[in-house]
Amino acid sequence: MKRDTRLAWINGLLLPLLNVLTAFAATAVLFLLIGVNPLEAAETLLYGAFGYGEGIGYTFYYTTNFIFTGLAVAVAFHAGLFNIGGEGQAYIGGLGAGLAVFMLFPELSPWLMIPASILGAMIFGGAWASVPGYLQAYRGSHIVITTIMFNFLAATLMVYLLVKVLREPGQMTPQTVLFPDNAWLPFVHDILPAFGIEMERSPLNLSILLALAMCFLVWFFLWHTRWGYAIRVTGLNPHAAVYGGINQKKIIVVAMCISGALAGLVGINELIGYHHRIIMNFHLGYGFGGIAVALMGRNHPFGIVIAALLFGTLYQGGAELAFEWSNISRDIVVVMQGLVILFCGALEYMYKPTLIRWLAPVQEVRS
Amino acid sequence: MKNTLISKTIKGVSLAIATSALSLSAMAADINPAVVYSDAGKFDKSFSEAVWNNGVKRFMDETGIEVKEAEPTNLAQVEQYLKRLAKRGHSPIVAVGFSQTNAVLAAAQEYPDTQFTLIDGWAPEPNVQNVGFKEHEGSFLVGVLAAMKSESGVLGFVGGMDIPLISAFGCGYEQGAKYQNADIKVIQNMTGSTPAAFGNPSKGAELTRSQMESGADVIFAAAGGTGTGVYQAAADAGKYAIGVDSNQNHLHPGTMLTSMVKRVGEATYLSYTSAMENNWQAGPVTLGLAEGGVDWALDEHNRPLITSQMEARVNDIKAKIIAGDIVVHDYRTDNACTY
Amino acid sequence: MNFAIELQDIDKRFGAVHANDHVNLQVETGSIHGIVGENGAGKSTLMSILYGFYQADSGSIKIFGNEYQFTDSHEAIAAGIGMVHQHFMLVDNFTVLENVILGAEGGQLLAEGLQAARQSLKELEEKYGLEVNLDATVDSLSVGLQQRVEILKALYKGAKILILDEPTGVLTPQETDELFKIFAALKAQGVTIILITHKLREIMAVTDTVSVMRRGAMVAHLETLMTSESQLAEHMVGRKVLFNVNKEQVEAGDVLLSVKHLNWTDSQGVPRLKRINFDIRAGEVLGVAGVSGNGQSELLEVLSGITPIQEGSIQIKGQTFSAKKQANPAKMRTMGMAHVPEDRHKQGMVMQFRAAETAILGYHTDSELSNGPWLKPALGKERCAELMQAFDVRPDDVELKSANFSGGNQQKLILAREMEHDPEVLLIGQPTRGVDVGAIEFIHQKILAMRAAGKAVLLVSVELEEILSLSDRIMVLCDGEITGQMEAAKADERTLGMLMANAQQAYDPLQSIASGEGQS
Repeated sequence: MKRDTRLAWINGLLLPLLNVLTAFAATAVLFLLIGVNPLEAAETLLYGAFGYGEGIGYTFYYTTNFIFTGLAVAVAFHAGLFNIGGEGQAYIGGLGAGLAVFMLFPELSPWLMIPASILGAMIFGGAWASVPGYLQAYRGSHIVITTIMFNFLAATLMVYLLVKVLREPGQMTPQTVLFPDNAWLPFVHDILPAFGIEMERSPLNLSILLALAMCFLVWFFLWHTRWGYAIRVTGLNPHAAVYGGINQKKIIVVAMCISGALAGLVGINELIGYHHRIIMNFHLGYGFGGIAVALMGRNHPFGIVIAALLFGTLYQGGAELAFEWSNISRDIVVVMQGLVILFCGALEYMYKPTLIRWLAPVQEVRS
Repeated sequence: MKNTLISKTIKGVSLAIATSALSLSAMAADINPAVVYSDAGKFDKSFSEAVWNNGVKRFMDETGIEVKEAEPTNLAQVEQYLKRLAKRGHSPIVAVGFSQTNAVLAAAQEYPDTQFTLIDGWAPEPNVQNVGFKEHEGSFLVGVLAAMKSESGVLGFVGGMDIPLISAFGCGYEQGAKYQNADIKVIQNMTGSTPAAFGNPSKGAELTRSQMESGADVIFAAAGGTGTGVYQAAADAGKYAIGVDSNQNHLHPGTMLTSMVKRVGEATYLSYTSAMENNWQAGPVTLGLAEGGVDWALDEHNRPLITSQMEARVNDIKAKIIAGDIVVHDYRTDNACTY
Repeated sequence: MNFAIELQDIDKRFGAVHANDHVNLQVETGSIHGIVGENGAGKSTLMSILYGFYQADSGSIKIFGNEYQFTDSHEAIAAGIGMVHQHFMLVDNFTVLENVILGAEGGQLLAEGLQAARQSLKELEEKYGLEVNLDATVDSLSVGLQQRVEILKALYKGAKILILDEPTGVLTPQETDELFKIFAALKAQGVTIILITHKLREIMAVTDTVSVMRRGAMVAHLETLMTSESQLAEHMVGRKVLFNVNKEQVEAGDVLLSVKHLNWTDSQGVPRLKRINFDIRAGEVLGVAGVSGNGQSELLEVLSGITPIQEGSIQIKGQTFSAKKQANPAKMRTMGMAHVPEDRHKQGMVMQFRAAETAILGYHTDSELSNGPWLKPALGKERCAELMQAFDVRPDDVELKSANFSGGNQQKLILAREMEHDPEVLLIGQPTRGVDVGAIEFIHQKILAMRAAGKAVLLVSVELEEILSLSDRIMVLCDGEITGQMEAAKADERTLGMLMANAQQAYDPLQSIASGEGQS
């Protein structure tokens, strides 16, 4: 095998695998410390995630969210931008989806209503992300700072809207009225019987198909369009981008818009797909989780699907763990997820030098 | 005494159905209770923790019956847990906090034979007991006390998250204060607009100091964990503070004027015991002053601060509210503090 | 003799680049020693090895007679070496005092260290005449004073040997004079100074001895008194056997590119281009000679639209670009300009890209390669395969990562991309830098083919032979100014070397203008 190919295998497959295994090993030690048999816990986790219909539904439901935010982080990353505002963009995306529904209320066919809400989510999420993008490109504000500030702004704005403007009259809970059912994305457990498959009820809805379609579109966009090309040049070598006549400022704004639009789709899975109204804090955790997913998935749509599935499994399996084991609290589950992020993200390159030395040593250059 | 008041209410309707008044032990049904805490976690230093301390733990200690507990991390999980618990035959299931309303609705429809008790929410299903509190009534009473204690004629209110529930505390407090002294001024601040506002003591202290600079000398906190900062700041400045939810008078004896107690734990406890007695009843259960669901706290820690005149006055007003002579406006009915 | 520094047989490679080729150097204690050479000649690498940043592959280092193996700069500092970098390593919003003790705070509590430092700094200031306000923040100081702080920093850490990398690049003439006075004071106190520069005049003015580096090797050690600027220039650019370039006669046609009164000042306020005027005609190669760092890079960037025009104008294809009507790289390409950048890794390609992707950089919006917003990767690969064939790029694998081609093949791919696009005006920077001999000849032929096809070519190179053999006319840049323009046929290395060093005495501007053809 050529060294190049070997390096690709090491970076793309072996390293993430080793990192995840290390995280699991660390979790196992933690479980032993609190008196839980790690193997039994693993069994509970896997059973919870894949052992029965409802569990599988939840796993893929969470996976859908992580695919959206993972893709969002990846697109920005390809332009050399670290978008950590997925959280706020997802929240505002949900607002866009909901507003689209309420403004087109009530008689529109679902065939129009649902695409309209998807468009609403993408436009709102994208617009929300475009402001930090603009500030980075034209005003030199650092994208990390602005996107994080925009998370707070999104939270504040949504609270204001849900409490003061959009709240269902007579209801204490800060949430809107239920969407009309022509704006409900069908549940998978309602669709499958048509194909002769019975499935337990779960929040899993057709958004997962949207997520997979987005994976393909993002892949196509990045590697088969002019803008995608320009985004990758900008991210990998800004000097070459200038040299190549690429308007970097524009590209930064475009990349952030697309990134935000993808994050906004979390609102589709959560609100159009499951809650069927705008509620508070439906987005919590997915925006930041998306960073880890993108990192693990090597910013490639295919890798992101795999990494998102891992996080979906951890979320659902973790809930099962916390539910079934009285000495595993939900905080232990968070620690477990944190360990995966730590080993896959922060300690990403722990094994790399050793692996490369073993498996793909540099040939001595002789000239 | 207060507990019996609540139980009276909860039992109220059921007594008519119950054919004979048998003793608890004779009637005791085998129940398999459960609780789903709020997504802020079980030990949130406020709501869920009160449910655990005064409800779940107490029930388990007294009856030896295991209560299955679940701690969700997001709203999708709340529904998952509620349904799972119902599927496994748990009943009654106590759902803590208004944010579980939608999930309880969905679960109650899918499991019509399971008894759900929803605290602070409103899920109109035939198998859901909706427990609400008249926080505005209790707040009215502490407002009266604050107005009587204040020398500056300025009161403070520090809320947690800016939601109607918390505004109801502030509005009731203001009404009580104005009822006592029409010229009094009430400064109101919310700590924030996210759930984090219930766990930010330093911000609470900051708000308190700024209110005290504006002249406030009695400050009422309805802010969960943020309240500890409020009480500390008031104690440091030698001003008075009023606690919330559970009796917090012991935190700073001498400066804690009183506490507006809200008995969420008892509501949980009674949901379980009434189920044991086969007289658990669905429908709305609103716990105000009359039912002992809210009250003001008087104990050895704040006894020196409350004059007999104050005590008499507050109890008089309390009686008037219970009798319906004074109607306290609930902010939540029209999202405005008009009275 | 008593040597402060003895370097023996220092060898260092970075991959295929032989940065230091068995270098020897001896510097006498208490002397000022200059090291000259073009950019990339290996001066900085050598000094980095001496300062412990890099480790030599082989060779030995002796400081004041003791042998050392530095693994980091702390050890070099401990041995008495101090370095003043070209780009200052100062914390802008710290005071001078705080900056000086950075890395030598002396204890847990800052106050003690600061007090002790203040005392010894006062002594140093007096001893060497290095007055500077210790309590001023660095960002309030002029560049010259900041440099003083760097020198103080090194002395405070006990430096007996001071290395200064291009210290005058950022200084005004007055500040330069001040610096040289400080040198004299330091020397008088027995400090050894190594001065790295490519400004020959400074070498002549302050050094006792001088070494010349070229292509990683030491080519000469000279007593400053016994040499001259022109001799140094010759050593620097060296003499190589001229490639046998078959240059056919091409009749120069219309002016395709006309540059008028171009001035350009960098962000630090240093003028980099001064009053640049020239024309290039169809079928003509204009060579730009000069020691690198004298404005060539800036010229290429302004012409190609990468940096905005500040003053003056660029005329191409009947369009005039100026400060009011800015060009940009994309627009310049549509005007028929192609640009082979000086630094192919930094600008010309994306190392992580496949060859097929690098092959469309700058042309990804062409209608042949894209259909509206869609790229046509298949056509990109086809184009790349054609380019590879036309320019004999090896291996001809369009999927191979750009970084994995050798330097020569990378360069050929970039040249192919720019030339095969059939431009009217071609800017070429350092076409054969880091390219193997076989490829050099091929590239030269391709450049001449462009000339034969009636294109206007601007050729920037530090290789004098290259300039001499390919150009029709030669323009010499020194310190951002055109110090001479002449017909290539009338030029020789010696004259060019003098112009590059701007040794005015050897150069009569009137004569040059008279002989210059393209002056408009």
